[in-house]
Amino acid sequence: MSRLKAYANRLSHLFLPLSVLALLIIINLIKGTDYFSITMVNGAFYGNIPNILFGASELVILSIGMTLVTAASRGQDISIGEIGAITSATFVLYVLNAREVTLLTILVGFLISCVVGIILGAFNGTLVSVFKVQPMVATLILFLGGRSIAFMIDGKVSPILANEISNKIGTVIPGVPIQTPIILTAVFIAIVAIVLKTTNLRLYVESVGINPNAARLNGIDPKKIIFLTFLIMGVCSAVAGFIAVNKAGRHDSVNILKFIMMDAILAVALGGNSLAGGKFSITGSIIGAYTIEMLNRTLLRLEVNPEAIKSFKAVFIIILMVIASPVVRVMVKKVLDRAKMLYAERQADGLNNTVVSITGTTGKKED
Amino acid sequence: MQSEIILKMEGICKSFPGVRALHNVDFVLRKGEIHALMGENGAGKSTLIKVLTGVYEKDAGQTILDGRPVHFKSPQEALNMGIGTVFQEIMLCPNLTVAENMFIGRSRNNFVQWTKMNAKAAQILDSLGIQASPTQELSSCSIAVQQMVAIARAIDMDCKILILDEPTSSLDDDEVNKLFALMRELKSRGVGIIFITHFLDQVYEISDTITVLRNGKLIGEYQTATLSQIELISHMMGKALSDVSEMKKQEQPKSRSSVPVFEATGLSSAAGVRPFNFTIEKGEVNGFAGLLGSGRSESVRAIFAADKVTGGEVKINGKQVKLKTPLDAMKKGIGYLPEDRKHDGIIGELSVRDNIILALQVMKGFFKPFSRKQAEEFANQYIKKLDIRTPSTNTPIESLSGGNQQKVVLARWLLTHPMYLILDEPTRGIDVGTKVEIQKLVLKLAEDGMSLTFISSEIDEMLRVCSRLIVMKDREIVGELSGKNLTEQDAMHMIAQGGK
Repeated sequence: MSRLKAYANRLSHLFLPLSVLALLIIINLIKGTDYFSITMVNGAFYGNIPNILFGASELVILSIGMTLVTAASRGQDISIGEIGAITSATFVLYVLNAREVTLLTILVGFLISCVVGIILGAFNGTLVSVFKVQPMVATLILFLGGRSIAFMIDGKVSPILANEISNKIGTVIPGVPIQTPIILTAVFIAIVAIVLKTTNLRLYVESVGINPNAARLNGIDPKKIIFLTFLIMGVCSAVAGFIAVNKAGRHDSVNILKFIMMDAILAVALGGNSLAGGKFSITGSIIGAYTIEMLNRTLLRLEVNPEAIKSFKAVFIIILMVIASPVVRVMVKKVLDRAKMLYAERQADGLNNTVVSITGTTGKKED
Repeated sequence: MQSEIILKMEGICKSFPGVRALHNVDFVLRKGEIHALMGENGAGKSTLIKVLTGVYEKDAGQTILDGRPVHFKSPQEALNMGIGTVFQEIMLCPNLTVAENMFIGRSRNNFVQWTKMNAKAAQILDSLGIQASPTQELSSCSIAVQQMVAIARAIDMDCKILILDEPTSSLDDDEVNKLFALMRELKSRGVGIIFITHFLDQVYEISDTITVLRNGKLIGEYQTATLSQIELISHMMGKALSDVSEMKKQEQPKSRSSVPVFEATGLSSAAGVRPFNFTIEKGEVNGFAGLLGSGRSESVRAIFAADKVTGGEVKINGKQVKLKTPLDAMKKGIGYLPEDRKHDGIIGELSVRDNIILALQVMKGFFKPFSRKQAEEFANQYIKKLDIRTPSTNTPIESLSGGNQQKVVLARWLLTHPMYLILDEPTRGIDVGTKVEIQKLVLKLAEDGMSLTFISSEIDEMLRVCSRLIVMKDREIVGELSGKNLTEQDAMHMIAQGGK
């Protein structure tokens, strides 16, 4: 019984993202009942759902890192797209300079880009944890300068990744029915799940985010934990950059992962997480990320004018946030309580009144 | 003093869920009087001020200002009626100018007449003798001047009453003197001043009248000139001097081992406690006594390395060690239950279970989480042992009552099986039943061989539990009491006079 209750409690945290997801599915089903249909092309699955899973890969990975940064530091990292641009630039640089592109080349390139991501994360993390700069201000530096650095690394020529393996990573591996980015994302989520299971990351991050003073007095160093979340964010950015550049097949420093931090922050918020830190739900953020991708594609499917898509998205998000805001929640609760009280009073008033009111209403109907 | 009464509060009652904060309290303030409001933690001083200024709604009683009953619904309303308040923390905007700070939120229309405002500010500052220019940025002023600007802001309108809630806690001696000069200036103009502080010397230096509150009740109003410090302390702590009963002291079992469990020499910390020596034996319960702000919390924080340790040597079981962080102290078997439960103790949104296992989990290591089952077992064990009332182990700790929250934090430290446990005000703000339970537990733990330091604002509680009292005043150890000397009277004398 108590387990059931705990389960219901967990679900209530995911109420917002799940209800939005359901709403979007309903809208799409109204538009056309073939929404869930999946077709097989060249031995791989395609269709609305696979497309969403494919398209949201980078966002899902980034929103996981953003969830941790938000929970521990009570702020957001806005340089994730730029870090991804830099790490993917180093990846491309390494691969293009290799004489022969083998799986090992790609792997080493990926690991180098992860190291670069960790270094950039350490830069942000140091500013936030040691120098106490607000996360958004600290990460503003790389947000502004990051793409220039990426330019310098890739040589401003927007190099093309014309090798077989990159193509497979960005699309499908023959014989595997699921697109590679979807698989990579699933593997990444699994790794995160294992890390959360085998370490105290959750307990430490949540403690630091909720009450850094108490955390410190219990032997947790808040600085280290905040620093750590920025390192993790750096790795997430590198992985997202890796997927994005292989999807695109070329490194476009201007447009790769552009403004993706907005969607990542939104995914965290949609996932029912407080942007002021504390307890977090990575599951919520992941659902939030997929929801955002579904929203983008739903608007396309509804044939909204491409120029107007962003404003439609904005309106949708405003409505969502207002409905989910604590103010509205309190208001709804008040209204419900009042209704309950009125109901109870009416019952207490006795049966005589009810009879009168029933005859009254029927009388009106006849008019 | 037969001067005219400007404020009269009669039969004020105020309750919060589960706590009776004020019960039938009367308070009178006269024109040109500096009136000290005294009492230990939780006595109801700030509640009374908040009721007066309209922050809280009172449950019963009435407030009479200038002979007319008044009822303030907000601090702004009180301010408009001439009651200015300056709080402990300076609530000004450091990046605005002095004049802007004085007039912010004050202008009747939406446009600011800068020259007029600056001229008015200059006039007020000048008349109060505050050394600041109206156009100066506030952050460039010293803390004392900032404090005085806050006062200038509070009294700028035709102020009749000024409330100063611990205005001196962040000031040095020289700055305090400046503030007192300003207070005397206001007094001579007929302003009634309510002064709250923990520094007894200051009370005697400046106040005319003292009202003492204890546990939400009025103890009495006294003329400062005729009330001795020792009497004042006995009123605040709740034991009449004549009533020093022969309490049966529980003899602590003392295994007189030659090496103390913990020994510190010349320990000092960044929190500003003077270098001190301290030892504790196995199975001993000792305590730091002294008024709030005397440095008792700072001392134990230095022992646990909760504040940055700036000097001194520490020996544990005779071996010299270096404790740099709380984790170092924890690993050496020290536990610390902090004074401010909400701010330093509980992790509010986390479950009772996580709060219980936290310290032990951290000691075990980042990569070795307890299994859910193990954590659940630990939690249930201590919920049973300490009789913690919680719907489940999953309940967020913040939804428990204060006493149960405290038990959870206590459970957290007991779970680590420390050899030396520091309890800083473990019984503050919790119900009497739980208080007694905790006292009994402390004695039981000592019997089992644990060393404990127990701090409380209530002197009789400390006398009941501790076998040795270390008395502090003004951030310095002024003496020690044990054995036959450990009586209420001796303790109060020492707290009041500082040393023998």
